[in-house]
Amino acid sequence: METNKNFIVGIFDDEDILLEGVEKVRDKGVKIHEVYTPFPVHGLDEALGYKRSRLPIAAFLFGLTGTSLALTMQIWMLGIDWPMIIGGKNFVSLPPFIPVTFELTVLLAALGMVATFMIVSDLKPYKWPRQFDLRSTDDKHVMAIDLAINTNLSSDDIKRILKEAGASEANDKNFE
Amino acid sequence: MGHHITVESEQYIFKAETKKKLFILIAAGLVLFAIGVFMAMTSDHGGHEGHAAISKTEMLASAEPAQVGHAEGEHHGSANWVKRIYTSLWMNNIYFVGLGIVGLFFVCIQYAAQAGWSSGLKRVPLAMGRWIPIAALLTIGLWFLVKGDLFHWTHHDVYEGANADKLLTKKSPYFFWPLHAGSFPLFYFVRMVLFFGLWYWFFLAIKKKMEAEDLDGSTTHWYKSRSLSAWFLVFFGVSSSVAAWDWVMSIDAHWFSTMFGWYVFASWWVTGLAFIVYVVVKLKEAGYLKIVNSNHLHDLGKFCFAFSVFWTYIWFSQFLLIYYANIPEETVYFIERMRVAPYNWIFYLNLFLNFVFPFLLLMTRDAKRHMSMLKVVAPIIMIGHWFDFYNMITPGVMQYGGGFGLLEIGLFMIFLGTFVYVVLNGLSKLPLVGKNHPMLQESLHHHI
Repeated sequence: METNKNFIVGIFDDEDILLEGVEKVRDKGVKIHEVYTPFPVHGLDEALGYKRSRLPIAAFLFGLTGTSLALTMQIWMLGIDWPMIIGGKNFVSLPPFIPVTFELTVLLAALGMVATFMIVSDLKPYKWPRQFDLRSTDDKHVMAIDLAINTNLSSDDIKRILKEAGASEANDKNFE
Repeated sequence: MGHHITVESEQYIFKAETKKKLFILIAAGLVLFAIGVFMAMTSDHGGHEGHAAISKTEMLASAEPAQVGHAEGEHHGSANWVKRIYTSLWMNNIYFVGLGIVGLFFVCIQYAAQAGWSSGLKRVPLAMGRWIPIAALLTIGLWFLVKGDLFHWTHHDVYEGANADKLLTKKSPYFFWPLHAGSFPLFYFVRMVLFFGLWYWFFLAIKKKMEAEDLDGSTTHWYKSRSLSAWFLVFFGVSSSVAAWDWVMSIDAHWFSTMFGWYVFASWWVTGLAFIVYVVVKLKEAGYLKIVNSNHLHDLGKFCFAFSVFWTYIWFSQFLLIYYANIPEETVYFIERMRVAPYNWIFYLNLFLNFVFPFLLLMTRDAKRHMSMLKVVAPIIMIGHWFDFYNMITPGVMQYGGGFGLLEIGLFMIFLGTFVYVVLNGLSKLPLVGKNHPMLQESLHHHI
């Protein structure tokens, strides 16, 4: 995705028009690279045909890792490596291990989720994300269309389709 | 997305067919109860006593030396099977008292939080509140019936003579003020009447506002309901805790836990949520509540999931502190519940039904959005918390002589059938959807 440099950018003023526009543009066979909005627009993911994120599965697995790590650590420390009598309890007694297990489960699930999200979204230190149109952080909805994967259509066709779909502007955007 | 969606008015019809099913449930419950009572009567003469007596002595010797003198008031108690009936009556009553007030609590939380998503389904929890007056009569009536066997502290002889119970004497003003210890527990009784009176008053006031809103559509009713709700929540915060101490914790009168008010509340609340989910799903299956979609179910499912975890948190907080401090007068509570059947298997079953199952089954988004899964998990939670209340109340009364069988199951079915009848009958009295709720459009556009 980094190698693609030439885009057409459609600007939409209103989220209702945008939602209908997304469907119209996709009906015409145009593949949408991404849509940037200043606020969450309900129904946009469905309109763009995005699949459900698998992040919750990753979170569950990270959590499970935390649970087993915490239990292993405590059982090894207090039961095997350096057994100590605390309050007359067994060396390995589950109830006092639960708070630590809970905390490590939450910690690893949270950190793991953030890390996974950053990697999947290609966000990393010193990486400057592409700005298709700065107004997407203000009051405009911005639809980016990658010319390299829409080879069956000319850029003029795409601009016309965007205008018909309700875009107030359709601009070229090149990253060099 | 500013478009306006119009809502069809819906009216729930309490069909004769549904009534028949409930009557069959109640009748089956009566039959099982009768068989259970008969079995309990005949087994009373068997070898139960010896076992119970040994275990009790062992327990008391190890944990509550101060008490051996009068051995939990055994000498003036009813026969074992009668105590079993009383215990079961009281625990079922407390369980359903909770379902009733939690219905009102749910409505009030929605108003106080100015929630829009739930405005289409508020009539279901409101209908649960119709149990409050019945619960009031049952609780007050049953209290006089069972107090001798359930509430050890009501016996006057524990406060008299050389063997007077020091702990109970110190606690006695909480029950008997302004009268003297061992007479009529006026303070306790006034609290009971006051709680039910005010809960019912708040229920009637909010129901009245809803009815008025249906007629004239003015938003003033919503504002009035919101301030009523805020007052109710303050009152409920105090009264639910005190009710839990009075009606449940005082059975184990020597023992106390500062978590107990929350513990009972958590149990009531998640049971109520599961009941709301179940009724909403059933109504949808019958073609009602068209405006409730998978987004609303998702929120209800999240409520069930979250408060199952909340209950577990409270359960564990109570358990860990007592386990770790290891003070005999505290640990006796769990020793009683972990050593002997049926309490020991119920103790662990409780954690599976109320934590492991809801946690794993409701974890995914799809599970919370689909009626097929909610329909399975909601009854698990409701049955799980019934067992929770069983283990809160029975061991304190029956010690090691408690039983679990047709008697308890039958009585639960009678209570359940009656409760559902009252709720559905109440549901048919008002329109199923408050058409003039100022936040109805928000609920219709709810999307998560």
